Amino acid sequence: MTLLHVAILLPFLFAIFVPLLRKYMPQVHTGWFVLLVPVTLVVYFSQFLEVTGNNEAILESVPWIPALDISFDVYIDGLGLLFALLITGIGALVVLYSVYYLDKHKESLHTFYVYLLLFMGAMLGVTLSDNVIVLYTFWELTSISSFLLIGYWNHKDGSRYGAQKSMLITVFGGLAMLGGFIMLYLMTGTFSIRGMVEQSEVIFAQPLFIPAMLLVLLGAFTKSAQFPFHIWLPDAMEAPTPVSAYLHSATMVKAGIYLVARMSPIFAESGVWLWLVGGVGIVTLFWGSFNAIRQTDLKGILAYSTISQLGLIMSLLGIGAAALQNDGGENIYIAATAAAVFHLINHATFKGSLFMVVGIVDHETGTRDIHRLGGLMTVMPITFTLAMVGSFSMAGLPPFNGFLSKEMFFTGMVNVLEMDFFSLETFGFLFPVLAWIGSIFTFVYSMRLLFKTFTGDLQRDKLEKEPHEAPFGMLISPLILGSLVVIFGFFPNILSINIIRPTMASILPSLITQGETFQVDIFFWHGFTVELFMTLGVITVGTLLYHTYPKWKRVYNVIPKSLELNSFYDSGMHHMQRGALNLTQGVMTGYIRNYLVAMFIFIVGLLAFVLIDTKSWNVTTENTAPIGVYEVILAIVTVVAAITILFAKSRLTSIIALGAVGYAVSLFFVLFRAPDLALTQLVIETVSVALFLLCFYHLPKLGRNEERMRFRFTNAIVSVGVGAIVTIIALVAQSEKLFDSISSYYIENVYEKAAGKNMVNVILVDFRGFDTLFEIAVLSIAAMGIYAMIRLRLARRNEES
Amino acid sequence: MRTNDIIFQTVTRVAVFLIVLYSLNLFFAGHYTPGGGFIAGLMTAAAIVLLLLAYDIKTVVKILPINYISMVGIGLLLAVGTSVSAILFGKPFLTHAYDYFQLPLLGKQTLHTAVAFDTGVYLVVVGVTLTIIQTIGESE
Repeated sequence: MTLLHVAILLPFLFAIFVPLLRKYMPQVHTGWFVLLVPVTLVVYFSQFLEVTGNNEAILESVPWIPALDISFDVYIDGLGLLFALLITGIGALVVLYSVYYLDKHKESLHTFYVYLLLFMGAMLGVTLSDNVIVLYTFWELTSISSFLLIGYWNHKDGSRYGAQKSMLITVFGGLAMLGGFIMLYLMTGTFSIRGMVEQSEVIFAQPLFIPAMLLVLLGAFTKSAQFPFHIWLPDAMEAPTPVSAYLHSATMVKAGIYLVARMSPIFAESGVWLWLVGGVGIVTLFWGSFNAIRQTDLKGILAYSTISQLGLIMSLLGIGAAALQNDGGENIYIAATAAAVFHLINHATFKGSLFMVVGIVDHETGTRDIHRLGGLMTVMPITFTLAMVGSFSMAGLPPFNGFLSKEMFFTGMVNVLEMDFFSLETFGFLFPVLAWIGSIFTFVYSMRLLFKTFTGDLQRDKLEKEPHEAPFGMLISPLILGSLVVIFGFFPNILSINIIRPTMASILPSLITQGETFQVDIFFWHGFTVELFMTLGVITVGTLLYHTYPKWKRVYNVIPKSLELNSFYDSGMHHMQRGALNLTQGVMTGYIRNYLVAMFIFIVGLLAFVLIDTKSWNVTTENTAPIGVYEVILAIVTVVAAITILFAKSRLTSIIALGAVGYAVSLFFVLFRAPDLALTQLVIETVSVALFLLCFYHLPKLGRNEERMRFRFTNAIVSVGVGAIVTIIALVAQSEKLFDSISSYYIENVYEKAAGKNMVNVILVDFRGFDTLFEIAVLSIAAMGIYAMIRLRLARRNEES
Repeated sequence: MRTNDIIFQTVTRVAVFLIVLYSLNLFFAGHYTPGGGFIAGLMTAAAIVLLLLAYDIKTVVKILPINYISMVGIGLLLAVGTSVSAILFGKPFLTHAYDYFQLPLLGKQTLHTAVAFDTGVYLVVVGVTLTIIQTIGESE
């Protein structure tokens, strides 16, 4: 257990004490104590910047389940460290923000912070684990803690619906991912990601390569809200705003991005990867930005915007895989990966601050509906400034960092046009086109978010509270994030050396030799390139679309509501439940007759199948004994009695016929020389007939109509089938005796060893006495059962009367 | 109307002893000829059932004040005890032993632990049969 492990487990350990803090120090907001954890961690993790800056990595291992190859390996390289810093850094800001956002008297703070710490630890575990099983464990923990956080206000229907939806979708993906990990283990024999990367050539050649890749990607896509699994994210906005800022913009939804980046060295050789990751990403970008415009809830806009931005990063990671196909010359496709990493950081900063701003607006006005908001610019100047910085950065306007990463994004997408592998020359042009259209929509919704909230008329009568500027404590976190947006905008290269380059080295390790680094320099001014004109086009068309929105918003009604993904999800859930219910009600009729029919049909079918499949229906008469007259007569008596049972009108006749069958059987025992059996059968038959008569005598008078058993065709078929199959199997088994009976041993030793001459009895009490012991136990239980049933019933009847 | 069962009851008095004797014969001869604890137990039970038919349940309980449920328990204990005792002698569970003894009155005879086991079976069968019949009979 090293300090690194302790660092990952620290949030979990601290979470144990949170309820105690809440209970014994209620006067202090619990958040202040919790703040210590991410602050400590961010300081601790930043000391690794130097290590990863030199493209070195740290691996610490603690065995967990050595017999299964599972050990808690912590691996810190550029990618892991970037995420660790994001998680702890934004975590600290979110905790600080939540101190002012959540009321310490009204909210159950301890549950909130326990869930939040649980999430923080789990997220650290996801990004720093080298063992995929440990990664999966932490991955599911993020799903669970996210579920708990979304449903934090569990008295609201919407919260519970959103929590359930996100749980179902992300756990579905998580389980698929586990399947992918197990396939990878089957191919490589190791759970270690580094071990898998070393064997990526081996994996590429195996038939399980594509299934494993698809399953792992399914996990990444569901977690990162990629099309069509993005539907859970807008509903997750029911969570408290600090949670939305932390989980659903900066960290958890990036777990999928992390996974894709982490798995790139393993899978990216394949064209399927490029098409799938790039294609799904670009479609998500387009669809998310398109839908963001129609939202009227501020958090709804931000949710769709997150979806779209995640799609952007995902598409860049997909296109970045093309770098692996390029041999010799300047590798221009690396730019896409650099853009992905850079935008990942930028998105975390501006989206985090925007969520916090929205939270402030909600907190100070009581609504998030843009129809009711407006004109807050003069009332809340600081919030407005922060919102402006965030929105402009999101829209990709200079001089903010979003502008830079958007330019790099365009570069990456334009480079697709030069690719001539993986059939990218056919539909590859769609990438830059969709990227450009998506960016226009991004511009439109960013402007709507900003101007609909802060400009126009202040509609005081529609607001629940008198709006005023937020308390300073609430503004600290968005201020820090907003300044980062500006700082990264003006000095992007401070990120380059220590963060972007080592991260790229982790994503594309095969492109770099030991001791070398990627050259990533980010400049404002590229000259008059295609990207610049694309940005100009985005601004022009975007402004036009923004101003004409009322004229074209009918576009959103083109797709009928029943064809939307959400209604697919809802009706899918509904139909699954109904289907399961119908199936259960259809099969589980409650009639024993139906169950018996099912069982018998199954038995007959199975036996018949085996008989036919193994072709074992040869029947010989070699070993059979000659048939005597007495046997024939007895057989006729038995058959006649048995048929009488079936067709008798009176039950009494049936009982007597059954007794006749029993006595005939005991005569058979006599004929076949089994005196013990004959004796026992005779007495037992007498007793059971007497018991039958007893039952008959006590039948209720009502409905005791003397009539024949009703004829049912299914019953007839099934019973004939059972009889036939059992007969055939008996004949077949009799025809093929592979071994001699072991009875010769008993015959030889019955007197020698057991001092008896009645072999049956000696077998019963001596050779196989164990069976007898439990048969008398069975009898005893039967007697106790009858005694208990009758006595208890009598006792109850006495009580009632 | 109370019918007079004098013939039935008189015959029963004679027959019960014969049936019990026959059942004891079945029991003791079981190791050498057809018979054994199971069928002997059923026979004894049949004798008592005959008594139950000839007289009423209260009379039979007075004649034979036996708790049949304890009888089942004793039988099971006997069977298990016989089986377990083999372990005390370092043999596997349910190993029987026998030897020849010079007994007073009976002369040279074999004694076999299987008889103890069979006695357990006998008691259980008698107990079970009569528990069932008595319980159902009293349930009116």
